[in-house]
Amino acid sequence: MSNRTLPAWIDIGLIPLINICLAFIVSAGVIMLIGESPLEAVQVMLFGAFGYGEGIGYTLYYATNFIFTGLAVAVAFHAGLFNIGGEGQAYLGGLGVGLICLMLDSWLPWWALLPFAIAAGALFGAAWAYIPAYLQAYRGSHIVITTIMFNFIASALMVYLLVNVLIEPGSMSPQTRSLAEGATLPYMYQVFAAFGIEIEQSPLNVSLILALLACVLVWLLIWHTRWGYAIRMIGFNEKAAVYSGINTRRTIVISMCISGALAAMVGINEVMGAQQRVLLEFVAGAGFTGIAVSLMGRNHPLGIIAASILFGALYQGGAELSFEISTITRDLVVVIQGLVILFCGALAYMLKPTLEKLFLRYTLSKAARQDNLAEEAQS
Amino acid sequence: MTISNPQQAADQPPAIDLRKINKRFGPVHANRDVDLQVGRGTVHGIIGENGAGKSTLMSILYGFYEADSGEILINGKAVKIRASKDAINAGIGMVHQHFMLVDTFTVLENVMLGAEASSSLRHSMVDARKELQRLSEEYGLAVDPDAMTGDLPVGLQQRVEILKALYRGADILILDEPTGVLTPQEADQLFSILDTLRSRGVSVMLITHKLQEILAITDHVSVMRAGTMVADRVTAETNKEELAELMVGRKVLLHVDKAPAQPGDVLLQADNLTVRDADAVARLDDVSLQLRAGEIVGIAGVSGNGQTELLEVLSGIRPVEDGKLNVNGTLIDAANVLDAKDLRHLSVGHVAEDRHRLGMVTAFSARESAIMGFQDEPEFNRGLLTDGAAITRHCQQLMDEFDVRPGNPDLKSANFSGGNQQKLCIAREMERQPKCC
Repeated sequence: MSNRTLPAWIDIGLIPLINICLAFIVSAGVIMLIGESPLEAVQVMLFGAFGYGEGIGYTLYYATNFIFTGLAVAVAFHAGLFNIGGEGQAYLGGLGVGLICLMLDSWLPWWALLPFAIAAGALFGAAWAYIPAYLQAYRGSHIVITTIMFNFIASALMVYLLVNVLIEPGSMSPQTRSLAEGATLPYMYQVFAAFGIEIEQSPLNVSLILALLACVLVWLLIWHTRWGYAIRMIGFNEKAAVYSGINTRRTIVISMCISGALAAMVGINEVMGAQQRVLLEFVAGAGFTGIAVSLMGRNHPLGIIAASILFGALYQGGAELSFEISTITRDLVVVIQGLVILFCGALAYMLKPTLEKLFLRYTLSKAARQDNLAEEAQS
Repeated sequence: MTISNPQQAADQPPAIDLRKINKRFGPVHANRDVDLQVGRGTVHGIIGENGAGKSTLMSILYGFYEADSGEILINGKAVKIRASKDAINAGIGMVHQHFMLVDTFTVLENVMLGAEASSSLRHSMVDARKELQRLSEEYGLAVDPDAMTGDLPVGLQQRVEILKALYRGADILILDEPTGVLTPQEADQLFSILDTLRSRGVSVMLITHKLQEILAITDHVSVMRAGTMVADRVTAETNKEELAELMVGRKVLLHVDKAPAQPGDVLLQADNLTVRDADAVARLDDVSLQLRAGEIVGIAGVSGNGQTELLEVLSGIRPVEDGKLNVNGTLIDAANVLDAKDLRHLSVGHVAEDRHRLGMVTAFSARESAIMGFQDEPEFNRGLLTDGAAITRHCQQLMDEFDVRPGNPDLKSANFSGGNQQKLCIAREMERQPKCC
């Protein structure tokens, strides 16, 4: 139990920064082991992620997914629930988005279709989260177990649907037909071009704006509504929530449904934005990365945006890295990403006690000095 | 040999010597330059109101917290206590208010847990059994080593806790509110045990806020108030009135002359309330009571005998399953279940017995804790959003009216002292002018 308190700049600024540095130091060691220069690797990665327009576009396109899944994990986390089913909820959410698009894409323009797609995706994602939530709240099955199981069920279900039901007739690959113009979101380069600004082409689309909007909405929900108050109270102290007349079971189910709906928005970015069809494994691990993003971002929308950009850069820069330096394979890039997740997620609080001690010593010596000064002034 | 010989007493360093202990939790100065000396083979009482700093001081001595500054001398030797392991090595044992026992272990297993002599469990068991036998005889602490701990009555469980400490070589024993869970008979037995321990040279520190116990059993008594040690007295030379005054810091009337209450209408009527736990054991069995306007009804009993369950039913935390409850003319029973919020609307206030687990959320700011149970009231919400300014204003007003210190609505609830947390809880419940509380 710790009653010591650290100022915010250490807690949410310095500690994550040190964690990232540690991850990079270990990564540098691994790169040196295979005989490459870590400095060169860092250069390639940074340039790949931020060095030119297309790279930045890809970084932000990945970050869009991570913002959605990060927010999903954060909302559940505030209610004391560890939702590791973001992957499956996003997958099913994409199915919802895809179905409504396949139905309406020749009837409506994208801006009229988008609200329906968001609603359908949210409904599918929320429904996929509802079952584990119900089992947790009313039957006592642990949400970690059920949500991870539901990832596998989602995966199997999607394979079945894409191979047997939704597959484009005559096609060999398990995916739906391409969506018509009406169901495809404008790319950011098109949006900018409309204003006469030319940027390089990338899959980055207007979903990024939706992601930022979701950040604002989650921030308002959690800290500025009575429902967020109830969610946080359950997360901190469920008994106190009962004492305050909060229906804890219902609130648990609702927060999981919100979480699932947020994860499902990955479907908007992928199905309507980047891929323009529903295909196998389009979530590509974003649901799991969302856990690390949320942990690193301290379950706060601002932190989640920052962490999403970092992980977006790792994905994009990592891809460049394996492309540029042939001895660094795709697998090694996964190792580097894994190390960042390890240090920033799983070991996020490893250094906290040490820093607390150092900080305490510093404040105490400062206080003692001030006391001495005060005494001298008195005498 | 007489202890009263001053020469000899001076030769022997005190068992515990705390010097200028300081501990801060954020802005709260929980222990301020605390000095304390406990003589070898004495029972030393420490009293003070909630939040006076007793628990903090004991936690420092037992290694739960580290003091910001100050010295700890055990038997005249300076020691650093960073974890409870250090405290145990220094010969300090602690018996917590809530026992730290594994219910599904036997007494012997509980006693040796974590202090096994070797990696072979069978060997350790044999040695431990012998040692436990010896301790039981020497200190008069009879208890069956093979009994299942969870089946023992509370008084015997406490005995196991004491044996656990002695088994680890403790010659200084800290007892935190030891009589809170005991029946009067069990408390008397505890005091005779303490007497034996004292005669065997064990030093005992007794943390309590019951003056009666201090006068009955201790040799010395130290009084804490607002984080400081305000007085040390030889128990034989002090009395209840003086101690009460030292604790509170002003004259206290221990006898109140008041006219008999003139109760009015029945506000709350409970009929045949029964609560069963998961094992279908009746925790509350056919309880009926009446509460009338202008009257205070006390419910006595050792904890664990149903008061908690009764309170939970009366405040809406636990639904009425069997029996019925009538509050201000509203009937509540199994068919018409109301939650805690609904009961607050029926003018029932509830100051919880355990503010850390129930009455507030320690991770919330004070302003958030101040609206618990009233979070849906229109005055704290503007449309879909909460009205932050109104909540802060409300909390500030409660803090001013009930003298909650420090009066800062944005401070984390955990950073208030226990007493001030309690004031905030009471303020929140009373401010609505409930008819039942």
